[in-house]
Amino acid sequence: MSQIDVPLSRSGFGRTQRADNWWIQPLAVFLGLSAFIIYATWAAFQGQHFRFGPYLSPFYSPELFGAPNQGWFGPMPSWMPAWVTAAVLILWAPGGFRVTCYYYRGAYYKAFWADPPSCTVGEPRKRYLGERSFPLILQNIHRYFLYFALLFLIILARDVWNAFWFNGRFGIGLGTLVLLANLVLLTCYTFGCHSLRHIVGGFRDRLSGAPTRKRVYECVSCLNRRHLLFAWCSLFMVAFADLYVRLCSMGVWRDWRIV
Amino acid sequence: MATATFRIWRGDKAQGQFRDYNAEVAAGMVVLDVVHQIQMEQAGDLAVRWNCKAGRCGSCSAEINGMPKLMCMTRLNTLALDKPVTIEPMKAFPHLKDLVTDVSWNYKVKQLIPKFKPRPADAPDGTWRIAQEDVERVQEFRKCIECYLCQDVCHVLREHKMQEQFIGPRFLVHVAALEMHPLDVGDRLKDLRTQFGIGLCNITKCCTKVCPEGIAITDNAIIPLKERVVDRFFDPLSKLFRVFTATKT
Ligand code: SF4
Ligand code: SF4
Ligand code: FES
Ligand code: FES
Repeated sequence: MSQIDVPLSRSGFGRTQRADNWWIQPLAVFLGLSAFIIYATWAAFQGQHFRFGPYLSPFYSPELFGAPNQGWFGPMPSWMPAWVTAAVLILWAPGGFRVTCYYYRGAYYKAFWADPPSCTVGEPRKRYLGERSFPLILQNIHRYFLYFALLFLIILARDVWNAFWFNGRFGIGLGTLVLLANLVLLTCYTFGCHSLRHIVGGFRDRLSGAPTRKRVYECVSCLNRRHLLFAWCSLFMVAFADLYVRLCSMGVWRDWRIV
Repeated sequence: MATATFRIWRGDKAQGQFRDYNAEVAAGMVVLDVVHQIQMEQAGDLAVRWNCKAGRCGSCSAEINGMPKLMCMTRLNTLALDKPVTIEPMKAFPHLKDLVTDVSWNYKVKQLIPKFKPRPADAPDGTWRIAQEDVERVQEFRKCIECYLCQDVCHVLREHKMQEQFIGPRFLVHVAALEMHPLDVGDRLKDLRTQFGIGLCNITKCCTKVCPEGIAITDNAIIPLKERVVDRFFDPLSKLFRVFTATKT
């Protein structure tokens, strides 16, 4: 490419002429994501208190192996190490989906890797590879995680349905609403995905003459504009749903039965 | 009338320093007004580029309190005037004098991008038919005034100086405007991946944040292009799918 006479020298780490508190946003992202990762890791290794009545914690769904009549494929095989819980077996999918999400990528490159710490703020490292080479080129796998995420939505919808049935009788508890809110937020997050937007219509230059496709594309685009919002709301809610089931199961909270 | 301090970068070819100027400010003024006033009353040799004073020509780009902005569209009431307001030239381009930089690298980059290539005409008179809904997407990109604020803020250019390997957000918007055009049949995906360096963008959205035209550069131009590059080069399933369905875009 064309030669450029390289201008002003690089600024040092954290150097900027910005007068505002530019560090607040990356710090908030750092704390928010760290808190989630710590809680989710802890919860995933507990292996207990993930069911309460008809509620199943979203961290443990689908329960591939588990108690009789609950695990999809029967009990946990005996050769499995003790630390492998039902959550450990499945969390790679929603985890991978979030890690490779375009929004989170931009956010954690800033908050965790200072690349850049914030706009026009000096960076700590001179070397830069971007997403062009290994390892970050692997982020291009995102759409495959999307397929899993869509599958998980169906499974979570089934869990919400189950949460309406208390010992065979219809009912609504606060936990039902928590799980339902979790499903709604996760759906809004997943359906606002950039890869989905591409798959449903973004790959085409023309949408006229395909009214259904166009409507779907517009719906996804609309959620996509709020992707950041749903990314955070759904992240909070999924952790809260686990916490709710957990504390009810531990007897710390009492589930409030509405109907 | 109130006065405020403006700390302006003075010098040639990146050699220079900030100099403080006190100026009278009044309601409704923009930064470019103050710079003109200082030029008129205190620093006749202050170099500044501007043209329209209406946010249309993209000439008056600078960094105000560290953020890339158009001087003519930055109202003083959006700035804290109790502290000195810093005004600097853009940092991603070679410096010429005071607030003026040499943005000609951008013109050279534009030459590299394969031009608009329409499909054969739809009508015997050599004209085409396009549905409004099909051009809406690229119309957003046509709003670009080439102020290069997005190029300036992009850390790949500004911080890592990868001008040789990355065309920058402005030209990714330009490529998007061509690639997504309903008439265009050109193919720029290989270039995007290689010499245009789209993989260098790490979607941190600073370009979107500074664009005075409000173009959703990252969400509507760069990410959709990244997805098209994934289709072509990284996703075996989508390749297969396109082969079997012979999907036209
Ligand atoms: S989103 Fe990409 S192009 Fe825009 S400023 Fe960030 S790295 Fe540069
Ligand atoms: S995309 Fe926006 S910021 Fe970039 S050159 Fe065009 S108008 Fe300026
Ligand atoms: S881009 Fe965020 S989920 Fe796909
Ligand atoms: S002078 Fe034309 S955009 Fe500011």
